[in-house]
Amino acid sequence: MLIDLPFLAVVVLLALGVYAVVFRHNLIKIVMGVHILGSGVNLFLISLGYREGGVAPIFTHAPKLEMVLPTPQALTLTSIVINLAVVALMLSLIMLIYKRYKSLDSRDRRLMG
Amino acid sequence: MNGMSKIVKVTACILIIPGIVFGLYIIMHGHLTPGGGFQGGAVIATISALFIIAYADEIRGVLDKDILSLMESMALIAFISLAFLGLSTTFFHNFLVNGGGLFGNPVSGINPGDLNTGGVIPLMNLAVGLEVYSALSLIVVVMYFGSKQEVLEDVN
Amino acid sequence: MNGEFYKMLVCMVLFAFLSAAVASIHPFGEPPSEMDDYFIRNGQRETGANNIVTSIVFDYRGLDTLGEASVLFTAVTGVFMLFAGRK
Repeated sequence: MLIDLPFLAVVVLLALGVYAVVFRHNLIKIVMGVHILGSGVNLFLISLGYREGGVAPIFTHAPKLEMVLPTPQALTLTSIVINLAVVALMLSLIMLIYKRYKSLDSRDRRLMG
Repeated sequence: MNGMSKIVKVTACILIIPGIVFGLYIIMHGHLTPGGGFQGGAVIATISALFIIAYADEIRGVLDKDILSLMESMALIAFISLAFLGLSTTFFHNFLVNGGGLFGNPVSGINPGDLNTGGVIPLMNLAVGLEVYSALSLIVVVMYFGSKQEVLEDVN
Repeated sequence: MNGEFYKMLVCMVLFAFLSAAVASIHPFGEPPSEMDDYFIRNGQRETGANNIVTSIVFDYRGLDTLGEASVLFTAVTGVFMLFAGRK
């Protein structure tokens, strides 16, 4: 159980991200929370595919043939780019919100509709 | 606004060559070493970000939105076309592999790496690298100029 | 005050569920790996690439990459649209 330290790190990262999204009222900090959530997911995918003593799944000058799983790494590439796209879109929206309302507080009456 | 000091501008100009060469190296060796289209495109896009930091508004003529947008669409179309070219077997079929021609050398086991392998994968790496480069540059450029836009009018 | 309490409760429940999920997952370092063993054994011969991750991204799971490229394209289009309000 204690050996599964990467999985525990994933839980801590996800909890931090959810904490930031739920408890912070600054929109920028909420986006930071979403990005931390994404990083937690990336770490989860990578640590899912780790094999004891394995090397990177690349045959160029590979030291041995025992390799870690390649599929989670490929999915992590996808996940990173999607995370980036989501954060870029959210930050653009926040820029427009700040220009319009001069406020980044999510408790602002005008933002709550 | 005229950007930063002359030192920063000259350094940015010098860094453009190693930056782009390193990004292209990562893209073209994507099937042999860690890296590939996404990572190489991101490396080249950092050069765009550096230029925006150094030159501020003077970048308007160099990193044109329309050209970058066209480049992104073209790269995406090239990627999809490469996928469609293998349609005689399946979508995304690797039709160049082990053919002996372009990128067609066969490989097996642990080897020092031969650039002329991988079939259609290096071409797709190139297309995706171009797409990621133009997409990231476009996001940075549009957000930079958007941050200087005037306040939107109250629509209510 | 009451709202803060419910938020904290939600966080605690989520944390408990995540911990339970982690406790029931396979041990770290010993993943089930039939599909990936196939990729490692045959990927080089079938796609010609030394880098198995690249061969999965662009060959075996090419559709994933296509969807991801379109996600990036859509994000750029969205950013464009948001800032195209006024010249």
